[in-house]
Amino acid sequence: MIAYQFIDHTADIGVEIYGRTRRELFTNACRAFQDLSLDRKEAVTGREDVLWEEKITVHGSDIADLLVNFLRELLYELNAKKRVIILCAIAAVSNNKLTARLLFESYSPKRHTLKAEVKAVTYHGLCVEKTGSAWRAKVIFDV
Amino acid sequence: MSDVFLEKLDDHRWLVPQSGRMRVPGIIYADEGLRDLLHHDDSIRQVANVAHLPGIVNYSLAMPDIHWGYGFPIGGVAAFDLETGVVSPGGVGYDINCGCRLMATNLTLSDIKDRISDITNSLYGKIPSGVGSTGHVKLSVRDQKKVLEEGARWAVKAGFGSGQDLETTEDGGCLTGADPAQVSARALERGKNQLGTLGSGNHFLEIEVVERIFDDTAAQAFGLRKDQIVIMIHTGSRGLGYQICDDYLALMVKHQQETGIELPDRQLACAYLASPRGRNYLAAMACGANYAWANRQILMHITQEVLEKTLRMAPRELGMRLVYDVCHNIAKIETFTIGGIEKKLCVHRKGATRAYPAGHEDIPARYRDVGQPVLIPGDMGTGSYVLAGQEKALAETFGSACHGAGRVMSRTQAVKSSRGRSISRELADRGVLVMAGSKGTLAEEMPEAYKDLNAVVQVVHEAGIARKTARLKAVACIKG
Repeated sequence: MIAYQFIDHTADIGVEIYGRTRRELFTNACRAFQDLSLDRKEAVTGREDVLWEEKITVHGSDIADLLVNFLRELLYELNAKKRVIILCAIAAVSNNKLTARLLFESYSPKRHTLKAEVKAVTYHGLCVEKTGSAWRAKVIFDV
Repeated sequence: MSDVFLEKLDDHRWLVPQSGRMRVPGIIYADEGLRDLLHHDDSIRQVANVAHLPGIVNYSLAMPDIHWGYGFPIGGVAAFDLETGVVSPGGVGYDINCGCRLMATNLTLSDIKDRISDITNSLYGKIPSGVGSTGHVKLSVRDQKKVLEEGARWAVKAGFGSGQDLETTEDGGCLTGADPAQVSARALERGKNQLGTLGSGNHFLEIEVVERIFDDTAAQAFGLRKDQIVIMIHTGSRGLGYQICDDYLALMVKHQQETGIELPDRQLACAYLASPRGRNYLAAMACGANYAWANRQILMHITQEVLEKTLRMAPRELGMRLVYDVCHNIAKIETFTIGGIEKKLCVHRKGATRAYPAGHEDIPARYRDVGQPVLIPGDMGTGSYVLAGQEKALAETFGSACHGAGRVMSRTQAVKSSRGRSISRELADRGVLVMAGSKGTLAEEMPEAYKDLNAVVQVVHEAGIARKTARLKAVACIKG
């Protein structure tokens, strides 16, 4: 199963995300966001790169809202705090609540190339659905 | 692909008939050629979706540069009754007060023909651009609050430009009702180091030459003449604006059920204008708008300094002056005549420019005989247009015109079709020097990714919304 794929939208960028479980879906959403936002120029080397470890809790009125709120957190970490996620471990995820452990390194132009200025995660055309035994989500980012 | 049928009204207007839960019909401004492009995406459906919102007046409108946005289409215009209507952050967009600023100079193309590379390099070096760019203006908490309250006025007081610039900025560069208390800590943090930066994507600074004058009287009033060098800046409220929109959209999505309004798309989340949530959004949005005006004012000042230094010219010799500054992502309370009665409405312009006609009291005295300057940037290879607002804008489009050419190709398609090509070389062959932070941006923003600006402008000209005044050709372009 592929983790995610980018899809066409006239002005912005959409992504379809897949997962066998909710946890995998949200982990892949994090990967897709990272891929859309930046490139890492080198592999993580040594402990000195790991600067923060944080537990986050995100709420949503339903699973689609939860996904948007989760991605909004990731976007804020990168754009405002200049922190790049190097590991996202989803501890628990239901339709309304997610807890995760995130490991960050600081953004550095030497190590990272920002690919797109992601302005926001939109609700437009948002969907999260379970078809058969797998989850599929569609999110459009404003870039 | 859109499944909505369009009914032809005349050569420039197409009706989106009222159906289902639409409260009013829609009208799209387009000629036959531009109409054909509409069926490639979902933008017509978005015009219909906006018509579902409570308190919408007359029509859900779209300008000829319409393209698929999120929630509202880009190029969308909709006005709402202050008592029964709503405000929707998605109807303004994430980049609050994204807009254009046009500066005239005393230079002609022959004066700088051999210096274009020097000037562009110097501008590229001094004007922070690109993804996540940060600026040289460091603000204390107190100053940041002042920026949000006062906009370009703060910038002028801080030494960026002169008081004259405010006269030729929409709303004097300061939207009233701004309340920094309604702006989140997250928004303040995202905007903290970004004042005086261009950003990335379709934002740019362009050196242009006046290629053709269509209307001598208006051009003269705007201080434009053939072969003159002018500078166009296109940017907005940066991370601060994005976060304000994001915060209020999330809040409105969360509380949408309480309003009892059924929406065809969550991105249309809204609040009644008369409700505390609606008022708070407008107060926060005004802060974003003011930040954007301060941003463009600072960028103009940096540009002037760079030109003076590079060309070793005194300010009087260079003669840089602001022709006009307009926003094209905003919701504003403006007065219109509806059914013979003057009424205050909240007009949303999402990728649409205000275009007030001659005689309107809200345009600068020096332009009042010819109409408000309407600045319409095109793609990198084409340049821009300057138009003058006309009567039909007030009568039909809540004083609005288009804001650009409008995308026709997705970013992914553009990148694909640019493979194996050098976009910067192609532009150089067309006489445009381009400097960009990344090849990706250049590919995404390639000329073919946009509709034909000439066709788009011709529609608003022939429809009597705004009159063609001058065409500007790009000479050099800085992209983020």
